[in-house]
Amino acid sequence: MTTSTHRPRILTLGALAALALVLTACGGGQGFSDDGTTSSSSDDSGDGGSGGTEGAELSVLVATGDTESLGAIQDLADTWAEGAGATVDVQPASDMNQQLSQGFAAGNPPDVFWVDASLLPTYAAAGNLWPYGDQMSDVDFYPALVDSFTYDGELYCAPKDFSNLGLVINTDLWDAAGLTDDDIPTTWDELQSVATTLTTDGVTGLVIGDTRDRVGAFMVQAGGWIVNDDQTEMTIDTPEAIAGITEVQELLESGAAAFPKAVDSGWGGEAIGTGKAAMTIEGNWFKSAAGADYPDLNWRVAELPEGPAGKGTLTFTQCWAIADASQNKEAALDFITSLYTPEIQVDLANRFGVMPSIESAREQYVAGVPESEQAWLAGADYAQGPVSAVGMDPVMKELDTLIQQLPGLAPADIASQTQENGQAVLGN
Amino acid sequence: MALTSADDIVVATHGRGADQAPRPGGPRRRSNRLHGREPVLAWVFVAPMVAVALLFLIVPILMALWVSVSDWSGRGSPLASSVQFVGFENYAAFFSPGLAQRDLTTSIRNTFYFVLLVVPLQTLLALGLALVLNSRRLKAKSFFRTAYYFPSVTSSVAIAVVFLFMFSASGPVNSILGLVGIEGPNWFADPRGLIHVVAGAFGVEQQPAWASGSIAGISLWQWLAGPSVAMVSIIALVVWVSAGGYMLIFLSSLQGIDEEVNEAAVVDGASTWQRIRHITVPILRPTTTLVVTLGLIGTWQVFDQVYIMSQGNPGKTTLTPAYLSYTTSFGSAQWGQGTAISFMLFALIVVLTIIQRAATRDRENPSGRRRRARKEVAS
Repeated sequence: MTTSTHRPRILTLGALAALALVLTACGGGQGFSDDGTTSSSSDDSGDGGSGGTEGAELSVLVATGDTESLGAIQDLADTWAEGAGATVDVQPASDMNQQLSQGFAAGNPPDVFWVDASLLPTYAAAGNLWPYGDQMSDVDFYPALVDSFTYDGELYCAPKDFSNLGLVINTDLWDAAGLTDDDIPTTWDELQSVATTLTTDGVTGLVIGDTRDRVGAFMVQAGGWIVNDDQTEMTIDTPEAIAGITEVQELLESGAAAFPKAVDSGWGGEAIGTGKAAMTIEGNWFKSAAGADYPDLNWRVAELPEGPAGKGTLTFTQCWAIADASQNKEAALDFITSLYTPEIQVDLANRFGVMPSIESAREQYVAGVPESEQAWLAGADYAQGPVSAVGMDPVMKELDTLIQQLPGLAPADIASQTQENGQAVLGN
Repeated sequence: MALTSADDIVVATHGRGADQAPRPGGPRRRSNRLHGREPVLAWVFVAPMVAVALLFLIVPILMALWVSVSDWSGRGSPLASSVQFVGFENYAAFFSPGLAQRDLTTSIRNTFYFVLLVVPLQTLLALGLALVLNSRRLKAKSFFRTAYYFPSVTSSVAIAVVFLFMFSASGPVNSILGLVGIEGPNWFADPRGLIHVVAGAFGVEQQPAWASGSIAGISLWQWLAGPSVAMVSIIALVVWVSAGGYMLIFLSSLQGIDEEVNEAAVVDGASTWQRIRHITVPILRPTTTLVVTLGLIGTWQVFDQVYIMSQGNPGKTTLTPAYLSYTTSFGSAQWGQGTAISFMLFALIVVLTIIQRAATRDRENPSGRRRRARKEVAS
């Protein structure tokens, strides 16, 4: 009986000791690997300038499941690796956020990976990225893209490419409705009228995605946006931004426009591809989707119509980021720099169906793109980037939730609620 | 057991002191030598499992607990010296008015209705299926047993994708509803709460004045929304998937019921329904408690169906605490708040399980007389 009362106490002690051991082992391991990093990187610099790339084993994580795109990147990487005497392993990400999070936490993220503009400040603020932009100052990126990847005054990474929203039109339905090129809408009123003309039994004139990433374009056309230029203040409750939401509400109320789910589609591209919509608002990614899923669809792109404040569209972009924890920073930078020649940029852009991020590639790119798709590029001069301030993700999700309640919810209510939610994050 | 009794025999043949011989049956019959070695051996045998549990359960839970009270940014080890203790700051965000609180409250409301429908439905369905399978007249029992259990062993991703197709606006479910003249909703795009839909049928379209008061961030009217149409399709999926597993639990206890009890009832002239109502169900009470407890714990943690099918949409009506914890951590990199949500969910489940157990115990033993009686016997 005496032993049985002793036993649990000994066991508890043992378990606690084991636990303490495991925990300290974790902490110790971290410490050791930190030491290892410093010593190995000092070894690298000891080897001299070129030693950084020679023999480096670069890991690259890209967010594409498409084998063709993956092959294109691997080819470019192999070409570089041959010249640099290094090896590159390109892997597709199944869940980029989660894989990066694991890598950052464990201290062994991939050396090079893609980061979306909307996530850049989040990763940069946590110190996960190595800001190498100042070493690429001779590359002529579009200024708007540089802004998208600048955090705290530093350009963190090289814009990979970009996509803009455009008005995608099903030309068969367009012609069948008796419309011509002259009828392509350039104002909100014209958009409303062609959408009404195109709406028939089973076809909705215009299908727009039910998120800020589509509806936001109308805010820009009205001269408003969710936040101010440096993302320090909420501006969605300004009359301009509200006017943009109101325009979407009016389109939806007229029955000439609908959200994708209302026509049983996952997104605008599916709606137009399956003939349920005559027009939609989508970006360059629509091209590869149409090629793969709806090869018989005849379509063209027009610039989005002007609002009260002129033209406006939204831009989406990613960059080639280098992990701060990477032990191959020099090699990674060398690899990324090797991608920025006009030829490679145009080639990559054509393969991915996106637009090259450097102005010197513009002419060459335009020459190779059919006229029916050039409207996407036209937006480069006035496109608005995403809201990316740290901590704004839940606010933007809530905004999407509110937008989904259009046309039933008053635009002013959407704006005032989002204004309040955002102010709590931005702190003013 | 075999080892112990074999050793006991050795002890018995060798014989020990005279004082031990006249006391067979008790633990003291064993030799001191064995007494000393046995616990060590036992721990050697369970050591691998303890190590696994420690490494993959206890340590991660403790680390998550630490993250929930720290300012860890997701970079490097949470145990690094640069990570600061911030007390309950991460929890505080959910206790002051704001978006974080509204999201959590909304997710708890959604899951509350989810649990409220799933747990009784899956328990009843499981019991029903088990009763059918246990009847002696049924042929091809093993076929049905496999068929009903099949959803539980099928990948939840595959099932979710099939349900997405079935519940699409022009999918099979709506086609079947169309045959009987009902125009089905656009299931996964419909954020309307069921109770709101019913209220709408009685002319209550807008939030009435009495329901405008706000509780923990959302109005009483929103609390009373009921599960959204989208949530109902997820409920249908979960009930269908999990009923098979619980059916097996019911079935195994049903097979343990002595046939004589039922025969006695038949002799007394009890109908089938009376036998189920007064014999089977009372005997199955411990099993039912188990099924309900497991169901409660499982449903409050619903995640994968939401992750695959709706991501919290439409209108955040399928947002659940587990999914919110995931998006807060991996999406917004608010690791502290994300883990804080999971610990609040943990606390909620513990409290609800305690309440549920207390409730079932009281029904078994209304006045506590039996417990007192037992105590008297014991003393």
